[in-house]
Amino acid sequence: MIHAFRTIRNTWFSNLRGDALAGIVVALALIPEAIAFSIIAGVDPKVGLYASFCIAVVSAFVGGRPGMISAATGAMALLMVTLVKTHGLEYLLAATLLTGVLQMLAGGLRLGSLMRFVSRSVVIGFVNALAILIFLAQIPELTAVAWPVYALVAAGLGLIYLFPYITRAVPSPLVCIVALTAFTMLFGVDVRTVGDMGALPDNLPIFLLPDLPLTFETLAIIFPYAVTLAVVGLLESMMTATIVDDLTDSSSNKNRECVGQGVANIASGFLGGMAGCAMIGQSIINIKSGGRGRLSTLLSGVYLLLMVVFLGDWVARIPMAALVAVMIMVAIGTFSWESIRNLRKNPASSSIVMTSTVVVVVATHNLALGVMVGVLLSALFFAHKIGRVLHIGSSLSADGLTRHYQVTGQVFFPSAERFIASFDLKEAIERVQIDVSRAHFWDITAIGALDKVIIKFRREGTEVEIVGLNKASETMVDRFAVHDKPEAIEALMGH
Amino acid sequence: MKNRVLACIDGSTYSPAVCDAAAWAALRLEAPLTFLHVLHKEQAAPPVDLSGSIGLGARESLLEELAALDEKRGKLAREQGQQLLGAARLRARTAGVTDPEGLLRLGGLVETLTGQEESTRLLVLGKRGEAAQVASEHLGSHLERVIRSLQRPILVTPSEFRPPQRVMLAFDASPTARKALDMVAVSPLFRGLPCHLVMVGADTATASADLARARQILEMARFETVAVILPGEPEAALSRYQQEQGIDLMIMGAYGHSRIRHLLVGSTTTAMLRKSTIPLLLLR
Repeated sequence: MIHAFRTIRNTWFSNLRGDALAGIVVALALIPEAIAFSIIAGVDPKVGLYASFCIAVVSAFVGGRPGMISAATGAMALLMVTLVKTHGLEYLLAATLLTGVLQMLAGGLRLGSLMRFVSRSVVIGFVNALAILIFLAQIPELTAVAWPVYALVAAGLGLIYLFPYITRAVPSPLVCIVALTAFTMLFGVDVRTVGDMGALPDNLPIFLLPDLPLTFETLAIIFPYAVTLAVVGLLESMMTATIVDDLTDSSSNKNRECVGQGVANIASGFLGGMAGCAMIGQSIINIKSGGRGRLSTLLSGVYLLLMVVFLGDWVARIPMAALVAVMIMVAIGTFSWESIRNLRKNPASSSIVMTSTVVVVVATHNLALGVMVGVLLSALFFAHKIGRVLHIGSSLSADGLTRHYQVTGQVFFPSAERFIASFDLKEAIERVQIDVSRAHFWDITAIGALDKVIIKFRREGTEVEIVGLNKASETMVDRFAVHDKPEAIEALMGH
Repeated sequence: MKNRVLACIDGSTYSPAVCDAAAWAALRLEAPLTFLHVLHKEQAAPPVDLSGSIGLGARESLLEELAALDEKRGKLAREQGQQLLGAARLRARTAGVTDPEGLLRLGGLVETLTGQEESTRLLVLGKRGEAAQVASEHLGSHLERVIRSLQRPILVTPSEFRPPQRVMLAFDASPTARKALDMVAVSPLFRGLPCHLVMVGADTATASADLARARQILEMARFETVAVILPGEPEAALSRYQQEQGIDLMIMGAYGHSRIRHLLVGSTTTAMLRKSTIPLLLLR
């Protein structure tokens, strides 16, 4: 009991001032992303804003990582474009609900732990690709427009980056938005505003069910989208959670976060919002502004709704240029610039994994595909690397009748061919002894290779003797585990 | 290191008493003594930067900044912890303990103690910690959780400790109390001290039979034993008896009942912990 209260106090109310202030700053960074990506997804800004409110508030309660910001995100919006274009908003809401269900399932099945197969290079590639996507999404606002837009964006960026040198007590994105809005209204500059992009929320969200037939056809349409949305949402959320873990030097419950993302998306779907996930840039802004607890996430959502509902008329007059400037800042802050510097320093394989992830994502606008390619490549590189740890030495006995082969190292699918090639099958000899007691046979490819060698020798009329096969094939069993037995480690490394 | 006395100190006004109690117990048990100080990571007041702008390499620079902040605080806390441990070891050495050790750990108190439980024979704690207000009747926030999560004898000291001359064992014939009785009988901790065996409740035939059997066990272990049955509420009766007889250490089985019962009717253990002005030895 007491423990539960203490946990609630710690995760909710231990940092009131910091959380309350950070919530405001974060809300300001949420609005541009929600609006901008609603437009890209092809729906009214209302959909994104309701989603952001709903996801932020719900994930504050059910998420596994206090202090992380979840809302409507660009990464998710980009996956919905074709669904909205070909089928419309109702199908998007249904897909959002299904995404939530899938994510809850993933959490229930503890798939959060699968993140350990995503290597650091893939994570960095993902983050960089995300930043590039956010930046690219701003391009339509910057092409074929009059020059005042460029001037406004430049001025906005200048304000965002230079204003903190004057004071750090006021959020500079707010300064940027207010100043540019005031400027365009005062001087009657004719540029696109938020109001031109579609309907803004004019009341609090209400509960509604998607107006769709509950048929197999509906499911067939939304299922592929929901799967990709669920995967990308969880990937970004897990990565963001890890980043927040590192920044705050505390730990999070990854599986609870999976379930939390699912619940938040289901709630969003019922309130007329689109699917979302955790946001790297905004979470960093939250931590930087002093937000640590669940309260910061909750308040960011509440502030956001208050701002757009009650200041809606004003929000409609914000020039898009101001939001573009804020989103460019988020993109720049999300990108890992260190990774560019490290491209040459890191092993070529990890740089290739990183860049391929980025390239695939930017080409397909699908973060899930990029991560899949990245994970596959890292696995291949790793298998290749370990496959090289194999040495086969041989010696002829004193009487010249027997040849001893001594196999040392790892024999599995990438090294099986080299294993076979290392035997001199053309040597006409009485007897061959293959000592594999210092080798490891990891899979049936390895056993197959050994069989092949034996048969080839036998066909030449050579007697074959295998030494230490039992020991070598211990690693074949699926449940091979060494972590809890020191003597097993000894056996693995020693022979 | 198997059977050591583990004493938790935290720099509060209770620490000297914990030191003395631990030293007394270690000498009695002829067990090695280890002082434990747990550094709990305080949540830092984060730097105020509401600019909300993130620039090139925001993540890396922010991590660097936050790590540097924690680093400073961590070093300070560690130095302070070492000093506390040093003082405690000196005090114990003066009391005659050979080679008391100091242990400095990071983390929560309960998890740390659970980790050390294996090698601990007796745990010594102060009634309250550094953060709790002395005036309040409330117990230190950690105490109950520690007592509930550990399966080792725990000696809880008030702000002052004098080597006990007369001890009393609160006995209610429950399994927990019987186990406590057996532990007292075999332990060298109280050997040679007069022991009052106290039961609270109606003086029925079963009660006196239970008491007589318990007394026999203690007398067989060569304790000078006084056995009484007191009427009334356990907490009040035990406290009164303790004051009348000038008893300076009380032994009791701790938390024999479930948490649910505790929630509904309260627990004698918690009440005694709150009220008592003498050291309490809780046996589980």
